Amino acid sequence: MNKTILKTYNLTKNFGALRASDKISIDLRVGEIHGLIGPNGAGKTTLIAQIMGGLKPDSGLIEFDGTDITSFTTESRAQAGLGRTFQISQLAMDQTVLQNVVLGTVGERGGVWNFWRPVLAIQELRERAMESLSDVGLADKAATPVSELSHGGRRQLEVAIALTLNPKAFVMDEPMAGLGSDGSKKMTIFLDNLRTRAPILLVEHDMEAVFALSDRISVLVSGMVIATGSVDQIRNDARVRKAYLGEGS
Amino acid sequence: MILTRENILNFVITAGLILVPIYAVIVEEPFTITLATRAVIFSLAAVGLNIALGLGGMVSLGHAVFFGLGGYTMGILAFHAQSYIPLFEWPILIEGTKQMLVVWPLAMIISAIAAFVIGLLSLRTGGVYFIMITLAFGQMFFFFSISWSAYGGEDGLSIYVRNQFPLVNTLVPIQFYAICLAILMLALWINARLAKSSFGLALSAARQNTERVRNVGLDPTSIKLVAFVISGAITGLAGALFADLNRFVSPTMFSWQLSGEIMVFIIIGGIGRLYGPVLGAIIFVTLEHFLGGISEYWLVFLGLLLLLIVLFSRGGLVGLLVGRERVHE
Ligand SMILES: Nc1ncnc2c1ncn2[C@@H]1O[C@H](COP(=O)(O)OP(=O)(O)O)[C@@H](O)[C@H]1O
Ligand SMILES: [Mg+2]
Repeated sequence: MNKTILKTYNLTKNFGALRASDKISIDLRVGEIHGLIGPNGAGKTTLIAQIMGGLKPDSGLIEFDGTDITSFTTESRAQAGLGRTFQISQLAMDQTVLQNVVLGTVGERGGVWNFWRPVLAIQELRERAMESLSDVGLADKAATPVSELSHGGRRQLEVAIALTLNPKAFVMDEPMAGLGSDGSKKMTIFLDNLRTRAPILLVEHDMEAVFALSDRISVLVSGMVIATGSVDQIRNDARVRKAYLGEGS
Repeated sequence: MILTRENILNFVITAGLILVPIYAVIVEEPFTITLATRAVIFSLAAVGLNIALGLGGMVSLGHAVFFGLGGYTMGILAFHAQSYIPLFEWPILIEGTKQMLVVWPLAMIISAIAAFVIGLLSLRTGGVYFIMITLAFGQMFFFFSISWSAYGGEDGLSIYVRNQFPLVNTLVPIQFYAICLAILMLALWINARLAKSSFGLALSAARQNTERVRNVGLDPTSIKLVAFVISGAITGLAGALFADLNRFVSPTMFSWQLSGEIMVFIIIGGIGRLYGPVLGAIIFVTLEHFLGGISEYWLVFLGLLLLLIVLFSRGGLVGLLVGRERVHE
């Protein structure tokens, strides 16, 4: 079995009376895509936010690459090698696509305290950024201001920025959301190849994509992981069918 | 340099700043030179604020603190120099000075330290709270300067002779103007380089989306803090020059009205635009002179102009004249 890179132990988070995370213990292993599914409001985004440091868990631990990162800031987690994409795009809207990606390379390579050299003229950063844009198929949009980029383009850009960080693990919150069937298919093929670079904890609503991509799947309902297993195990799990899959299909 | 409409406008403004005072020398109108000097110094103060406000999105209503600290640094050093009373005798003897090349770095360092402390405390908050805290710091310095009777208190400090600069006769208005203009140009150059640097990119991203910046492993707060310090130091330098222009410093340099005026220059000219603060300060000083002579209520006209600009142009006058900024090259 492959090495575990990311692990949560009994993560619990309450919003007032609402238990959004209820003793969540999941892990991500090197080389895999671990799909995380669950109905709307199940607590998927809340879990991601705790893994990335945007929310503090009430109790529980998060371990990444052998280190307890529960008390790390978001920026330290990114530096440690967690690359994240958001459910709702978080981008510098007044900047160009290229500038957004170059920011990622600055984060990864360092040099943010350079006050003098035009950053877009630094070949090393620029090439790295263009590489990531080519990977996601956005190279021809490099000069476009993000405010003029389509919704699908912004989703791709999110992924491109995460790529520049050269992370040890990706944490993606619904990367297919709003992509349309064509865009979803392309993204599915892209993520399929990405797992060899770094494993992915993939929150996704698109069932077809999750079942096609995942090595393992965890099902979250009302803040609780009710099942973890292979695609077949999840498909045939009675509790999952009752609690979740039964609803839609 | 690429010939964009914005670059052409910047060139025209620069040419005006060079030619108008030369013309004033030829037709012997020294007061025009004084007005131009005032405009250039205000521009410099606003270029400082524009780094915090325009690039970093920090709405500081306390930048008069730095303007005043720069002014009082100059005033206090000159006061000790002209009265032959040392500033400190212990542990080492420090005397006053009339050398601009000593005054300026000191004014910048003191303003930078103040900006560091104020930034550290106010950057924990955002939005309206940031505005209120910076405003509160401004008022604190204002009342402190009023009560500090050793240096004139409410009446301020008069300086007999303008400070000196090697090889220049600073008493000749056009020569002092040339010094101020050279500093403004240098500050604009630094501003332009900074905006395009790695730091500038991260600062502008931190203004637009802090989550984005955090998630690439950068700390938006320390980036903004450094920008606030640079911003304060530049405005502090402007304060030292302003004190030299008037040969007088007083608590009004710390007043919230002055903080507001510096911000108004930027809003008129264009927030975040390189020459926005310059265009805004020139228009302000010109209106202040001509309308201020006609009616006491000239500020009403200024308010009207401000309202029109805010309503009709997102990028201030620069935006109105040359359109949106080119974001890419
Ligand atoms: N900041 C918050 N304050 C209060 N309740 C929240 C907050 N964030 C999320 N919630 C609630 O927690 C639950 C889980 O939300 P979320 O993690 O966004 O679900 P998912 O991503 O699975 O759709 C929802 O009921 C949501 O309303
Ligand atoms: Mg969600």
